[in-house]
Amino acid sequence: MSTLRFIVDNFDEVMYLSWEHIWIVGVALLIATPIGVVLGIVITKHEQFASRVLNGANILMTIPSIALFGLMLPVLAIVNMGLGKVPAVIALVLYSQLPIIRNTYTAIKNVPPSLVDAGRGMGMNKWKLLRELEIPLATPVIIAGLRTAAVMNIGIAAIATYIGAGGLGVYIQQGIARVYPEMILSGAILVSLLAIVVDGGMAVLERLTTPEGIKVQRKLAR
Amino acid sequence: MITYDSITKIFGTGKDTVTALDNVSFTMPKGEVVVFLGPSGCGKTTTLRLTNRLETLTRGNIVIEDQNIMDLDIVQLRQRLGYVIQAIGLFPNKTIAENIAVVPKLLGWDKERISERIDDLLQMNNLEPELYRERYPAELSGGQQQRVGVARGLAADPDILLMDEPFGAIDPINREEIQNEFLKLQANLKKTVAFVSHDIHEAIKMGDRIAIFDKGRLIQYDTPEVILTQPKNKFVADFVGSDRALKVLGLMRVSDVVNRRPKNIVQGGDRSPEALKFLDARGFRYGIVIERNRPIGFVTQKSLKYEEGLVRDVVERYPLFLRGKTSLRDVLSFMLMHDAGTFCVVDEDRNFAGTVTYNDIQKAVKESYADEAESDENGGAV
Repeated sequence: MSTLRFIVDNFDEVMYLSWEHIWIVGVALLIATPIGVVLGIVITKHEQFASRVLNGANILMTIPSIALFGLMLPVLAIVNMGLGKVPAVIALVLYSQLPIIRNTYTAIKNVPPSLVDAGRGMGMNKWKLLRELEIPLATPVIIAGLRTAAVMNIGIAAIATYIGAGGLGVYIQQGIARVYPEMILSGAILVSLLAIVVDGGMAVLERLTTPEGIKVQRKLAR
Repeated sequence: MITYDSITKIFGTGKDTVTALDNVSFTMPKGEVVVFLGPSGCGKTTTLRLTNRLETLTRGNIVIEDQNIMDLDIVQLRQRLGYVIQAIGLFPNKTIAENIAVVPKLLGWDKERISERIDDLLQMNNLEPELYRERYPAELSGGQQQRVGVARGLAADPDILLMDEPFGAIDPINREEIQNEFLKLQANLKKTVAFVSHDIHEAIKMGDRIAIFDKGRLIQYDTPEVILTQPKNKFVADFVGSDRALKVLGLMRVSDVVNRRPKNIVQGGDRSPEALKFLDARGFRYGIVIERNRPIGFVTQKSLKYEEGLVRDVVERYPLFLRGKTSLRDVLSFMLMHDAGTFCVVDEDRNFAGTVTYNDIQKAVKESYADEAESDENGGAV
């Protein structure tokens, strides 16, 4: 109950920190999506780079976030941006690459070759094929990748408070420092809630972007 | 017209090469259906895919109406050649109308023209436009999807149609139907069709000519009749099957062998003793009974023997009557099923048009195999 009181008493600050959290994650996704999707599509057409790109993204993902912040600090310090929102956003963009690239790559690869063949045989060029066949069929799976990235980033952004990025992680960090359980819990609960809401929202988006013909196909297959 | 001039296709490089096609030459005449037939890996599909440059020739030339395909723009070439593929290949995210519209849209037709064309094509393929335009492929049965596949291939009215085992994925009953529909369409459209198949029945039914491939070589290129009656070697003979006499029957019609003036005719109004005397005098075991110019059945000497009344009262009815276009294969099957050696043929108005007997069929088959013995020897030597 006291946690709820804390949230009510500090409502303005809670709203501000939540907004900050969403902003960091949102901006990171906005930057990461075009990069990841384009890379994912490129490696389906240039298969020789596929394993290298996917491995690279995989390695990025294995670096612990707090270590990545530490690694970026001296580099970004050169341009005086070692701390704050910039390194946080950069880290989230990097972490997002694996789910986005991997899902894009898999989704495009999973378009049945017979369909691609039919399109080519009818005289569709690469762009037409991508636009009219491959991307529409791949979109729901690409969105699923974004969903994974978004939920993951909400968690990582909570840690970014240690490099002064702000967001709901502030409550957790300061709560621990001040031994203030209500503050810790507020931060933790709000971050979790945010993750659940975003996950739900992306699930809806996934459904909305599924082509009508595919929905019909699934319904009939059941 | 499409001319294949010593085409060779080698897949792979270095040591891992596979020769898919080895120096194949033949010409597809305009307006005919040529079936590329053979076991899997024989080069039939490769030949088709070389035609619209989904594969690139290693050596040789393919010439379409005096134009070498290598001199044409690849996209324009493909838009000129209708393409219908094995797994149907309809885009699941597009409606039936959008699927058919793919090539016309690529060609930049205006909306109205595309829309009219879609309706025409659906009607042509026995699909009600209002019902199917806005549906998705998943909502259609396999046979309906394949009809849309054919419609899509015909969308921009290409002179040439490339079909890669187009009816392979459909159950036998629907396949038969859709083959018949396609033949009806083709009779009007007179497209030049390259049709890949591994099914000899389909090849005989659909093809004006059949090109039989094996291991990348063209073994025989002839009309179905010649392939069946004069297979060039053992491979072709084996491939068309030891029942090829029956397959020849599938190509022949009742009208080819009908006896239009049989002598053993009696009238339904005749009295039995007279009819018996008539049959006996001419040595016929049975007579065909006709009434008002329509056949009603037959009588044998035995059944007439102790009868006094009219012939029509003792007649045994035929279970069915043949039409001129019935295939001899079906006739033979009827004969076996009904234990009958003779059937009557009727015209559209059910008037008597003649008879077909087992002997007539046998004679016809024998004639078509007149030089079988000779070609068998040749076959042995190859």
